[in-house]
Amino acid sequence: MIRIEGVTKSFGDKKVIEGIDASFDSGKCSLIIGASGSGKTVLMKIMVGLMQPTTGNIFYGGRTDLTNLDKKHLKAIRQEVGMLFQGGALFDSLTVEENIIFPLNMFTGKSRKEKLMRVDECLERVNLKNANKLYPNELSGGMKKRVGIARAIVMNPKYLFCDEPNSGLDPLTAIVIDGLIHEITVEYHITTIINTHDMNSVMEIGDHILFLHRGIKEWEGTNKEVMNTNNKLLNDFIFASKFLKAVKSAYQQNSNT
Amino acid sequence: MNSFFYQFGRYLLLLKSTLVKPEKGKIYWRELARQMVEIGVGSLAIVIIISVFIGAVITVQTAYQLTTPLIPRSTIGSIVTNSSILEMAPTVTCLILAGKIGSNIASEIGTMRISEQIDALEIMGVNASAYLILPKIVASVVMIPILVIISGFLCVLSGIWVGQLTGVVTREEFIQGSIEYFIPFTVTFSLIKAFTFGFIISSVSAYYGFYTVGGALEVGKTATKAVVVCCVIILLADYLLAQLLL
Repeated sequence: MIRIEGVTKSFGDKKVIEGIDASFDSGKCSLIIGASGSGKTVLMKIMVGLMQPTTGNIFYGGRTDLTNLDKKHLKAIRQEVGMLFQGGALFDSLTVEENIIFPLNMFTGKSRKEKLMRVDECLERVNLKNANKLYPNELSGGMKKRVGIARAIVMNPKYLFCDEPNSGLDPLTAIVIDGLIHEITVEYHITTIINTHDMNSVMEIGDHILFLHRGIKEWEGTNKEVMNTNNKLLNDFIFASKFLKAVKSAYQQNSNT
Repeated sequence: MNSFFYQFGRYLLLLKSTLVKPEKGKIYWRELARQMVEIGVGSLAIVIIISVFIGAVITVQTAYQLTTPLIPRSTIGSIVTNSSILEMAPTVTCLILAGKIGSNIASEIGTMRISEQIDALEIMGVNASAYLILPKIVASVVMIPILVIISGFLCVLSGIWVGQLTGVVTREEFIQGSIEYFIPFTVTFSLIKAFTFGFIISSVSAYYGFYTVGGALEVGKTATKAVVVCCVIILLADYLLAQLLL
């Protein structure tokens, strides 16, 4: 699990994140949602240690404070972290296989055969068998995300971060990616934190949802609770379209009958 | 002025995190070999072309200026050889290489920065600066002096060939002049310059690439800025080395 306490981030005089407390459990998909500029990406960068908070603490496993770690211990924690980036962030000059094997080459003493077996396992897990020798520029957006997931899980991480995993994908592929992340989270009992704008993800895999508004935690709950919330800001954000408003009222009518 | 100190301090900090023992030797060797091929073999054609023409032009222009019969024609050989070794091969070649290698390094690392590949390395726990920059610096300081040696030879050879072809100086006179006034330290000085310029080209352009902010447009601007700054620092270092060592 990951716990954040009183996390604040300012850039000069501008406060981007203000005093956020939250806890993210293992085996659950936690979603951070909010409008563009609400501080989601900054919060995620702080949580993975790419950015230092102005104040506050980030506890991994309930005790290790990421903000007070030296380089050696930070490196050890990072080997327990997998991250799926918005654009995949695959290394252009390496093949799919080389991308996935990269962390294994850097941090394990496994034989080449063992490493290749692990790569095949991960590729099979994301339904991308036989893509080993392809280069990133030969992959579609959805395939890149799946390779990104395979690379993120190859070291058996305890923590998985996904930055807008569905951006730029068609609805069907987005559902596949969501399903995959949720399955992996439950199967390996990973603490998964996802930044997203995708309301389908909120409904489908939002075991725990954190809604940010202008850097402040405005609401926290589950996907079931989202449907019945009276929080105006959250309602305006999630049920922005007429279609989604209709879905919500239909859901509430069904619940009442 | 503040900006200069900020940039310089950040450059030194980047070097501090870059010039460390590699985390996984085998991976670094492979990357180093790839960079040596890219920087060395990849720049060979341009070095050959500019060296041949520089040697030819210096020979013709020196002959044009030696109008008095009191100065022996072998002086052309001496001037061409010394200016090739001292200045043309190391400085002009490195200015051209700053354009080719510098922009390549800055845009490659800059693109990795904006596409979050550097963040991905850091999340994995890899020392991104050492993994990306160290092989480029080592490959540059090894391969650029080799390219400069090749360039020096080609300048002199093309000087001999053009001198013979145009009839301004015979091969024998050219070689006689080259040997007569040859100072061995000029070769050492040339290699010191090549080593220094190689370090400047790779580290400065990597610095600009590593701290790229923005999108594709900024990558282009970063590459241009890296080349301009490399060229200015090379010229400054050229003067300082000449003042200190000659």
